[in-house]
Amino acid sequence: MNTLTPSEYLPEKSADTTRFTRNFRAEKFDFWSFFFSGLTGAATWLIVAILATILLNIGINGWSAISWHFVSTIPKKDFFDANTTGVLPMIVGTSIRVIVMTIFVIPVGVITAIYLTEYAANTSLLTRIIRAAVNNLAGVPSIVFGLFGLGFFINFVGKNLDKILHNTDAVWGQPALVWASLTLAVMTLPVVIVATEESLKAIPAGLREASLALGATKLQTILRVVLPQALPGILTGGILAVSRAAGEVAPILFTGVAYYMASLPSHLSDQFMDLGYHVFVLSTQSPNIEQTRPILYATVLVLLILTFALNLVAVLIRSNIRKKMRSMH
Amino acid sequence: MAEITMPKMNLPGTATTVSASAPLIAIENLSLYYGASKALKNISLGLGEKVVTAFIGPSGCGKSTLLRCLNRMNDLIDNVRIEGSCKIGGHDIYAKDVDAIELRKRVGMVFQKSNPFPKSIYENVAYGLRLHGMKAKSELDAVVEKSLRGAALWDEVKDRLHSSALGLSGGQQQRLCIARAIAIRPEIILMDEPASALDPLATARIEELILELKKEFTIVIVTHNMQQAARISDYTAFFYIGELIEFDTTAKIFTNPSKRQTEDYVTGRFG
Amino acid sequence: MGIHRGHKARPAEWLAEKFIFLVSLSAILMVLLIFLFVAREALPVLFGETNTALVQKPIPPDEVDKHSAAELEAYLEITPDQLARMSKETLRSLMDVKVEAQNDIPEEFRNDPDARINTTEWQYLLKAHQWSGYDKPEHIWQPVGQVKKFNIIPLFVGTLKVTLIGLFFAVPLAVGAAIYVSQLARPRTREILKPVIEMLSGIPSVVVGFFALLVMATVLQSIFHYQTRLNAFVAGIALGFAVIPVIFSIAEDALTSVPRAYTQGALALGASRWQTAWQIVLPAALPGVFAAAVLGFGRAIGETMIVLMVCSASVMSWSIFDSARSITTTIAAEMAEAVSGGPHYRILFLLGALLFAATFLSNMAGDFVIHRFKQKLEGKK
Ligand SMILES: Nc1ncnc2c1ncn2[C@@H]1O[C@H](COP(=O)(O)OP(=O)(O)O)[C@@H](O)[C@H]1O
Ligand SMILES: [Mg+2]
Repeated sequence: MNTLTPSEYLPEKSADTTRFTRNFRAEKFDFWSFFFSGLTGAATWLIVAILATILLNIGINGWSAISWHFVSTIPKKDFFDANTTGVLPMIVGTSIRVIVMTIFVIPVGVITAIYLTEYAANTSLLTRIIRAAVNNLAGVPSIVFGLFGLGFFINFVGKNLDKILHNTDAVWGQPALVWASLTLAVMTLPVVIVATEESLKAIPAGLREASLALGATKLQTILRVVLPQALPGILTGGILAVSRAAGEVAPILFTGVAYYMASLPSHLSDQFMDLGYHVFVLSTQSPNIEQTRPILYATVLVLLILTFALNLVAVLIRSNIRKKMRSMH
Repeated sequence: MAEITMPKMNLPGTATTVSASAPLIAIENLSLYYGASKALKNISLGLGEKVVTAFIGPSGCGKSTLLRCLNRMNDLIDNVRIEGSCKIGGHDIYAKDVDAIELRKRVGMVFQKSNPFPKSIYENVAYGLRLHGMKAKSELDAVVEKSLRGAALWDEVKDRLHSSALGLSGGQQQRLCIARAIAIRPEIILMDEPASALDPLATARIEELILELKKEFTIVIVTHNMQQAARISDYTAFFYIGELIEFDTTAKIFTNPSKRQTEDYVTGRFG
Repeated sequence: MGIHRGHKARPAEWLAEKFIFLVSLSAILMVLLIFLFVAREALPVLFGETNTALVQKPIPPDEVDKHSAAELEAYLEITPDQLARMSKETLRSLMDVKVEAQNDIPEEFRNDPDARINTTEWQYLLKAHQWSGYDKPEHIWQPVGQVKKFNIIPLFVGTLKVTLIGLFFAVPLAVGAAIYVSQLARPRTREILKPVIEMLSGIPSVVVGFFALLVMATVLQSIFHYQTRLNAFVAGIALGFAVIPVIFSIAEDALTSVPRAYTQGALALGASRWQTAWQIVLPAALPGVFAAAVLGFGRAIGETMIVLMVCSASVMSWSIFDSARSITTTIAAEMAEAVSGGPHYRILFLLGALLFAATFLSNMAGDFVIHRFKQKLEGKK
């Protein structure tokens, strides 16, 4: 141990020997802490304000323009006419393409998540490659998905399907509902995988062990114990995927959306009208933007209600799951 | 033994009986709530200057909570409510105009798990000094060296002051945290089970260090280890489920406690 | 009955597990397929198989047999598939049409040196060229008209310009908010703020684009008094809205994953919350915050609808108050008018492939940094 005496090795005592009786008021105002806390706080509230402005602007303007007639009418070719137009085919088109997508993406996404959490060794090369692929898929620009849908689903799968089926006209080898949905399914695959994985990880290991100890096989454990528990998470994943896909326009531009169709889509090989694309069309191709403004706001409001309400639900479920997870640890 | 007169007896709820000079830390009727649950119940206690006081008691009895009251680290937890008063040097540290930051500069703390910053050894010690506005390199160098010597770590690290603190062993890391705490010359050092994660050898070093530091600092230490409390502390307070059961000289607590619960606990018959 | 029985004991279970394994490879398969099929459509450009020269040396229809299939495909601008399926007669009439078309080219173009250039060659895609009618060599993207100009540099500049404006706006805001929410705000405020900010990512980009076009453009113009109402600045700010939640989420996550022990240590030394956040937490989380910006960049260069709606004129200019056309915008706006299999179509796919490569790299880099960061925090190094 040290042979020095304390007064030798300890830092100098301050000249002020009455330290013990000094009070604990701040010596000087810490300007920079105050300033930067304020600055970051301002950044935060600015973001919140931007969000609020967008939502309020659309909410108020949209609400005054929306009507039952508007959401339940199939418009004529000139859908810029504020009095007669409607968005029924767009609502139907967007809904169908999203539903078809869900049918493809949920099983694949959930099974992948099950493999990653229940079977895969966390450190194996393959697992890491799968995870890297999932991450990458999540970062691929949506327009590239559009190109992929065109190059793969339409020009490759569709054209070959037509050849096999001996269709003389292009049936599958052209933009269609099913190709748009499949493209979106590829795009939203990471969303479902990540959400499902998160909820699977939140299930205590003890539960699985209890089931295995009763002699259940791994698959039985997953099907009867793990999956029911993970249902809220899977649901969240589904909702997030739907809300993300419902608002996406770029991936369907070349794979199935139509500028105008006189009737609702009735077949997977039909094209469809779409809310998001309609917003794009109304805001960029209107002959008179002042006249189109009300129906534009109304259309945006419908789209927002469709995507945003779903998103809100998902965010709430998700933050609930996270809170539960945190309290478990 | 310390010159400060000991409280004869200290019953929960009764005012502290103290000494000739007023105690440095005077806790009166302090209660603390985590939300609805009451973690500390009417604690009254006076702690003297330049002595080591140990807080003992079964896990979850509120030792850490009381310790964190003394530098207001509990402020950082949501839903914490405090009743009663806690004075240091005669100043109510929960008064409105008290700056918790100023308080913490003068009431240092060493945590159960050593927590050096992910910076160099030198920077770890210099950090607090810089917070105090010390800028000159020569001054910093001098105080860093003195603090590291004070924490009995200098000889082991003097050749690698600028390598990462995370490369040190557990015991060394804890001594670095002590060096970091003493560098800014607090009046009081709070230690929450500082040796509980260390091996016996490292523990012995820390204990020696505490006995040295006592000459200059007032130390409050939470410990699980009965022998440790007996070896290093002058006074011992025994807590049980949020209550202060007994507070007396360490010698008295360990040889002739006046409460049955205390006796059971220090003799290991606790159940 | 022994307990050591292989998969024969439970064939259904064994099959199910194999099935699960195979399905789990779908993500890898998809990434590969995307790369393959986007690149496949772009390959002919890379191999110099496209030709846009207006004036070509006509191949007399009688000499069909003297030329290789590849030459014919390039000459007639058809795919190998189409060529294979074509009967001799159709091929011949197509060749006739081609010759006639060559004869129909007006005299003024015939003498234009530009009309003899294959503008899909690398030098015309990348380097400035002295086009006839221009004073100096220029980078021009002009895929319609007699001489189609495919210089992709203006698109790169446009993309970078808009992206950088967006990041310049989004990174400070998002990182500032991440610091505030994770380090300075009270826990109860944090529980509210975090989902609210993440809600921003739930607004479809076409809605952000709409808002920028109708509301923001007017407001910003009245503040900054610039000439063109729709320009890269407006697009960049709107792009920032879309990127903020991405950067915020990742940065916030990185900041919260810094061990609480560091924070406690600093606060116990008498550091203020800001000093703790700035001097202890942020340096420890820096790789994560950096990765957030990189991933935000990846998101920004890939964003389509916002830029498409706000500005799309292709001008080569670094001024932020000029219009800009990004790569994504170009693909979205021009694919419909591009002839399937033609040079324009292929170059749009080439742009897509480049975009894919760029985001792939930035994502890989971002994820790698985050991975290392987390490992380091867990003490694995
Ligand atoms: N942050 C907190 N929130 C709610 N309750 C807490 C918190 N920290 C401690 N407690 C509760 O307060 C009581 C005392 O805890 P603590 O002071 O850590 O005990 P000790 O240090 O004596 O083991 C325990 O019952 C514990 O569960
Ligand atoms: Mg404790």
